[in-house]
Amino acid sequence: MHQLQDFISYFEDSALADNIRENDLLFPLIESVHVLAICLVVGSILVVDLRLLGLASIDRRVSRVTSGILPLTWSAFAVAIASGSLLFISNATKYLENGYFDAKIILICLAGLNMAIFHAISAKDLPKWENETTPPLRARLAGGLSILLWVSVVTCGRWIGFTMQVR
Amino acid sequence: MIDVGLSEFSRWLAATQVSHTIQTTEWIIPTLQTIHILSVAAVFSSAILVDLRIWRLLERDVPLPEVARRFLPTIWPVLFILLLTGSLLIIGEPRRSLLNTTFYLKMALLALAILLTAGLQRSISLSPNFWDRDRRRRMAGRFAATVSILVWCGILFAGRWIAYTQAG
Repeated sequence: MHQLQDFISYFEDSALADNIRENDLLFPLIESVHVLAICLVVGSILVVDLRLLGLASIDRRVSRVTSGILPLTWSAFAVAIASGSLLFISNATKYLENGYFDAKIILICLAGLNMAIFHAISAKDLPKWENETTPPLRARLAGGLSILLWVSVVTCGRWIGFTMQVR
Repeated sequence: MIDVGLSEFSRWLAATQVSHTIQTTEWIIPTLQTIHILSVAAVFSSAILVDLRIWRLLERDVPLPEVARRFLPTIWPVLFILLLTGSLLIIGEPRRSLLNTTFYLKMALLALAILLTAGLQRSISLSPNFWDRDRRRRMAGRFAATVSILVWCGILFAGRWIAYTQAG
């Protein structure tokens, strides 16, 4: 725990973090990039989730939907992580004390876990059912859970702004 | 003159019962903003997916008209939710946007984005290979897609910036 605190203060005390904290433009600018990236992550992953639920793109194989959309999702996710980390180090201690921030990080991990489990279980027999309009229950569950988790991530993200005084 | 009128209007709006409820019920504004952002995510991603397809960066194996048919129609009903949540947010905090230049920039960009998206959708539905007929059309398509990406990004930036430029 002590080591984690040292680790975090190393970044929080850096000149970069100081700049983001003090510069009037830098924080809103990075925040805008963060919102933009999250919007692309959530919007594009929704396309895949709706296909898994059998509600959209149903004339297309699941693997074709994912290979077409996920490159955008992953690129946007990388930008969201990078911009989010910059926002985080500017006030790391305060963010960690904020319950909505902690919840948001846990929910993102759960969304990742949901995806990993889906891949581990369902990717094996994907060719058997991916042409069907309505995928099997486990795929629909993964899609529905993903929507729920990402909506919660955005909700927590917005709530951070209302429960934390950055400056 | 306009400023005075808007200021008066904002004061009147802020004094209404609806505005009072939105102001004093703690969860309403964050909830509206969350719905607003989730709707932005849907609209923005739909537009960007089609723009990136025009640039042949995504879904190259799917014809453009199909990609456009899949994503562009979603924009209109979701835009209605944006209008609704946006209006309620204005009613709750009139001065935050009505007396804020950034808000008008956002609305101007939105008007442009709507024109671009409707134009794109219409051109493709009227003639599926509209943007693929010759080199010049392809270049024009890429230009339109680039403008669309920039305008949508501008809307998101302006939206976030409203919070930082609001009248005190």
